[in-house]
Amino acid sequence: MAVTVSRESDSVATPTQRALKEAFYAGAIALGLFVLFIGLKTGQNMSNELVLTQRWGLLAAVVIATAVGRFLYVAYGQPFMANQKIANVATGLLPASVGSRFFTLPAFIVAVVAAVLLFLFNSSLAGWVGAEPAGYLQFLRALAVIYLLACVIYYFRAFIHANFTKLGITALVLYPILVVAVLSLNAWSIAGGLQGSLKWVDNFGIQILIYVMLAWGLNIVVGLAGLLDLGYVAFYALGAYAYALLATQYGLSFWILLPAAGCMAALWGVLLGFPVLRLRGDYLAIVTLAFGEIIRLVLINWREVTNGSAGISGIPKVSFFGLMTFNVSDPNYIAKVLHIATSSAYYKIFLYYLILGLCLLTAFVTIRLRRLPVGRAWEALREDEIACRSLGINTTTTKLTAFATGAMFGGFAGSFFAARQGFVSPESFVFLESAIILAIVVLGGMGSLVGIAVAAMVMIGGTEALRELDFLKQIFGPDFTPELYRMLLFGMAMVIVMLWKPRGFVGSREPTAFLKERRAVSSSFTKEGHG
Amino acid sequence: MNATTQMNDAILQVDHLSMKFGGLVAIGDLSFTARRGEITALIGPNGAGKTTVFNCITGFYKPSEGMITLNRADGSTYLLERLPNHEIPARAKVARTFQNIRLFSGMTLLENLLVAQHNKLMKASGYTVLGLFGFSGYRKASAESMELARHWLEKADLVDRADDPAGDLPYGAQRRLEIARAMCTGPELLCLDEPAAGLNPKESAALNDLLMDIKHNTGTSILLIEHDMSVVMQISDHVVVLEYGRKISDGNPQSVRTDPRVIAAYLGVDDEEVETVLTEVGDEDVIEQLDIGPDAAHGPGTSSSYLAGPVTDTVGHSDGERVTVSKGASKAAQVDARANSPRKPSERATAKPTGKSSTAKPRGGRK
Repeated sequence: MAVTVSRESDSVATPTQRALKEAFYAGAIALGLFVLFIGLKTGQNMSNELVLTQRWGLLAAVVIATAVGRFLYVAYGQPFMANQKIANVATGLLPASVGSRFFTLPAFIVAVVAAVLLFLFNSSLAGWVGAEPAGYLQFLRALAVIYLLACVIYYFRAFIHANFTKLGITALVLYPILVVAVLSLNAWSIAGGLQGSLKWVDNFGIQILIYVMLAWGLNIVVGLAGLLDLGYVAFYALGAYAYALLATQYGLSFWILLPAAGCMAALWGVLLGFPVLRLRGDYLAIVTLAFGEIIRLVLINWREVTNGSAGISGIPKVSFFGLMTFNVSDPNYIAKVLHIATSSAYYKIFLYYLILGLCLLTAFVTIRLRRLPVGRAWEALREDEIACRSLGINTTTTKLTAFATGAMFGGFAGSFFAARQGFVSPESFVFLESAIILAIVVLGGMGSLVGIAVAAMVMIGGTEALRELDFLKQIFGPDFTPELYRMLLFGMAMVIVMLWKPRGFVGSREPTAFLKERRAVSSSFTKEGHG
Repeated sequence: MNATTQMNDAILQVDHLSMKFGGLVAIGDLSFTARRGEITALIGPNGAGKTTVFNCITGFYKPSEGMITLNRADGSTYLLERLPNHEIPARAKVARTFQNIRLFSGMTLLENLLVAQHNKLMKASGYTVLGLFGFSGYRKASAESMELARHWLEKADLVDRADDPAGDLPYGAQRRLEIARAMCTGPELLCLDEPAAGLNPKESAALNDLLMDIKHNTGTSILLIEHDMSVVMQISDHVVVLEYGRKISDGNPQSVRTDPRVIAAYLGVDDEEVETVLTEVGDEDVIEQLDIGPDAAHGPGTSSSYLAGPVTDTVGHSDGERVTVSKGASKAAQVDARANSPRKPSERATAKPTGKSSTAKPRGGRK
């Protein structure tokens, strides 16, 4: 009874009153949370003594920002969102969506003009206003470009949604070319464009695609077969070390060692699979976690073979199928063969296409396998293992093939990683890597290739992009390093995505066969698997 | 096993099967035979060990003792207790359904039926290798498996929903789908664990039709556990009755229906009816036992409410009551015991419990 009364009083209170009340609570909670985190800071002085710095101003700013944000959300945000759901009585139409209000033609034209002007007069403006405001102008320019891109995506959203896979692959194939072209235009020379493209192709393109491939490989084990594997990075390490050792010791080519590393990892996948077959759920997760750590500790301690923590360096580069190499000193160096200017960007672009090819191979095999009996058996195993056995499916071999296939792709990615870095050490294969790969699979939506690719782009690309936010130093001071906050942002992004889409970006499941029409299966019916 | 005729006749032969879980004897020395092309029903009260028998036959449990022989139509013989779990459906061609439905709920109906044809398709796809490179042999086998799936979807009246997730189906349809899925493995013996549980009379009748259709058109023998007597009596050719892990009756539905041991043990009888039966067989002790049992003043009796009397009374009484029930638990054994001991007609007359039925309460009411 008391509850109903209080609810009535709530509805009687005006939104502003309610918003004030909630803002006060939010501010109080923020104060309680941050009083020690932000209000006080410990540091060292010259004589190594602990000093306590008080930052009450900053704390007040954070608390006030929280309270104001809550007030605005409750007083204006919530009524606005509620109104969006109410149709007009006279016309029966819903109010115009937020998207169509935000992306209007006048705003689009203004953004185009602003972006063009800022691009054209970039250098003269910088000289005119000084160095510091020029940073803001660049920020403004970036905002205009982002707005224009968002407008284009918004107006073609139906087309993009319908052809997402094709558009995505096209964009990935054209990415290095576009980067080089844009940067060449910017720097007024192709050599400058190639040099500038290094960062974009290597740090963004290759890095993201390695994680896409790893996550797609893990997707077979976790997403399809429902076996929670926390030690996936072990197979990545096995592939990397297999290539590093065999290439440095025996001088074998990458093209021989790539399948060899995959087979090696698959073999270890089976070896791991055998003892853990009886385990399910949490127990399986813990044993795979231990396996990942065992591999890392062996790599550290087996110094005679792996060179311990120092790692293996001088791993040979990949050659272009033996026809051209990417070592400047070689007689068949690519620039000499093709008579073009020397640049280190060729190798990165070649590696980009190599990992793109490997990713597409992984996707192709995964899609094919899902439509074969073994893939269906994996998914059936995730849904109900006992029913699988009652239908005559050998769950032992089915689980082992899932482990082996997932491990094989991990091994491929590992050998590519070793070739790209030219150096491997056990530090690259810590548990955090396994956790990130698993997080990508979960965020993307278990079993969905597109969702996982998007998740990898957001997670890995997002953390890389934090390095680019140098203008924030102008706001937060020169000591501010945005990349230190990447794990915080990573966690926040995961929490937000899990609240907004609990089954990942793409929660629905694509059926592998159909009689009349292919309809996606809602995530409310699929299961996560219990090992 | 001894004669060839018998061998061909019997598809499943259970000999001296025992299953013990620690000290609990779930099945004790059970022997029965299921004949080829027939529907054999396994019935018994709750906890009689029916599902345990199923789990032993389909390899989910390894029996403590005994032998389970399966004779396939091609003359090969399998000892099911020695086969690994997944080889029983694959090699011995025994398929089963589950009491609590176990469908692949996130997969479509069609996919469920395709998973059931796993072993056949696995061979056709050259254990994945040939299928991965898109060989035509696999495509042909795949098309055939789709046709078989469509056939069983039509039989189960589910073809319109073929592309919906299995978890989206209503309960009755899920039961039919599970049977269709089991049939897609191409079984010679189909074990159904309470297929009619939770079905309404119309769905139950549809299930009967489906089972009769399977029996007549595929030559698959059926072994089923069922509580719904309308299903059991209408479609089964042979009924085996279990109580407390032991067989108490075995025969055609008519003979089982009239078997006093079965009536006493199972067929939905109340205690008062048991009493009548026992009286007919001439049982005094049990009637006395029933007398000491809870009466209307203490138990749920007439008011059907535990709040009717003092709480202590009810609690105290429920203890004694349990003892009484467990002592005379096996009603079939009581019938046996009484039938074996000769009685004089006069005694039987005095034992007639006139007006006793008001004190004895129906068991069903208390549960």
